[in-house]
Amino acid sequence: MPTMLEVSGLTHQYGQGERAHVAVRDLAFTIESGQLACIVGPSGCGKSTLLRCISGLIPATGGSVRLHGDEVSGVPGDLAVVFQDYSRSLFPWLTVAKNVEFPLRWQKVSKAERSQRAAEVLESVGLSGVGKKYPWQLSGGMQQRVSIARALVSRPALLLMDEPFASVDAQTRGELEDLTRRVQRDLGSTILLVTHDIDESVYLADRVLVLSKSPASIVADLTIDLPAERNQITTRESERFVSLRGEVARLLQSPQVQRPGEPDPATAESGPGTTTVETGDTAGTADTAEAAARS
Amino acid sequence: MLKFAKGLTGLLGFFLLWEITVQAGVLPDYWVPPASEVTTTFVSLLGDAEFLRGVVATLLAWLIALGVAIGIGVPAGLVLGSVPALQSAARALIEFLRPIPAVALIPLVMVTIGSGPDAKITLAVYAAVWPILFNTIYAFGEIDPVLLDSARATGANRRQSLTWVALPHAAPFIFTGIRVAASIALIAVISVEYVAASEIGLGRYILEGGMNNGHLDQVMAGTVLAGLAGWAINSALVGSGRRLFRWADTEERAAR
Repeated sequence: MPTMLEVSGLTHQYGQGERAHVAVRDLAFTIESGQLACIVGPSGCGKSTLLRCISGLIPATGGSVRLHGDEVSGVPGDLAVVFQDYSRSLFPWLTVAKNVEFPLRWQKVSKAERSQRAAEVLESVGLSGVGKKYPWQLSGGMQQRVSIARALVSRPALLLMDEPFASVDAQTRGELEDLTRRVQRDLGSTILLVTHDIDESVYLADRVLVLSKSPASIVADLTIDLPAERNQITTRESERFVSLRGEVARLLQSPQVQRPGEPDPATAESGPGTTTVETGDTAGTADTAEAAARS
Repeated sequence: MLKFAKGLTGLLGFFLLWEITVQAGVLPDYWVPPASEVTTTFVSLLGDAEFLRGVVATLLAWLIALGVAIGIGVPAGLVLGSVPALQSAARALIEFLRPIPAVALIPLVMVTIGSGPDAKITLAVYAAVWPILFNTIYAFGEIDPVLLDSARATGANRRQSLTWVALPHAAPFIFTGIRVAASIALIAVISVEYVAASEIGLGRYILEGGMNNGHLDQVMAGTVLAGLAGWAINSALVGSGRRLFRWADTEERAAR
């Protein structure tokens, strides 16, 4: 499989000198074409910064990001982003159809083709017939489907998703997870999804990258060998799912696994005190997600 | 419709109270003519060509002033709102100019421009430009960064995001500024017509009524018309704002 995304030595710091805050330090990974990869990390570890650097929304202070071989500077045309907060990300003055068509405005696509493609992609996310409504007339889950449709309409080579299901209820979250897997397979897209939710990362992904706490660096790279056809109830009950989830949770609690050959500065610095705090936090997240999955 | 009828009862009550107080002799009728007399004068004035020419002159000056104020306030607000360095540089000047009442500038304008229509338009523009300018600057300062990121993530460049996202987002705020400015501009035009003794206009007509042997019915009929014009302009703008920016209303309701 060809490499879709190549991140090397990526570093980002906010501010200068004494008050500088390093959000991401020396990150390196690649994503293959057609993969659905999840990045999971504790809250505030720099996941969003990482995603903003990859998408070209902010220029990283160091290192490089390559999308199918081209250096990323500014937002590439064949990249799309789905944000967590759909209510702030959709344009309230435009109808659902116009929102979905929005990315095509900047491409040479005729008006007729624009509306046809919007209708098609709305249908593929299960929203046929709501094109004339406004986003704020829809439920939260439906609004996030609109965001996903908008991201898919330009047939992006890489789709980035930043905590896309964190603002919807558990039931809807499950539906959206299945939707994401289905459209990814149907369209053969490459998806990089960032989440703090361990269960979600294991359920969704072909591959999970585990991040350390801030400044973010990669602690582990796991291949998720669950069957391609997944089910919200049976997959989550399966032995393999439970053991993978446990593995990710343990990695997040006490990141023992290092990148081969390199000591991780972030882990080396953190004392036992910090680890205890993090343990409580991570366990809490896993419990909540488990409860959500059962309900 | 019911709401409209309810709104009218207050006005009718006021007219009734006015009529009764004057008829009962609480207020002398050479001082305040009764409501019925003012109404009769008002109706007869609607057939008076000279009066109507005055009204048209006033409304025309108002319309031009508002148009010019929009033409200055919106682009200036866009520039100041999106370039922070410029905004802080202009702040001192704006804060100095803004509190000067338009009426205080009448002598200056009379000396430099005279008392013709351009004088009242100039002062009305001065008075009306502030709410438009401030609302435009404010609207651009308030824009949600997630909304702009979303636009940029779709491949829109800076200019495209400004035109297709920042501007529509700011439109309801700007519109509110225009609505406030519309009332202020009308006040300014009519004030200048009194104070600078313009040759024609509603304000001039009211002033004349007062000077000519105390034709108070004429003064009051003119005042009623000015009030009605202000009310009609405001309601028309509120109505169209509601229709145009239904999405902004809903957003507000959801936020509450």
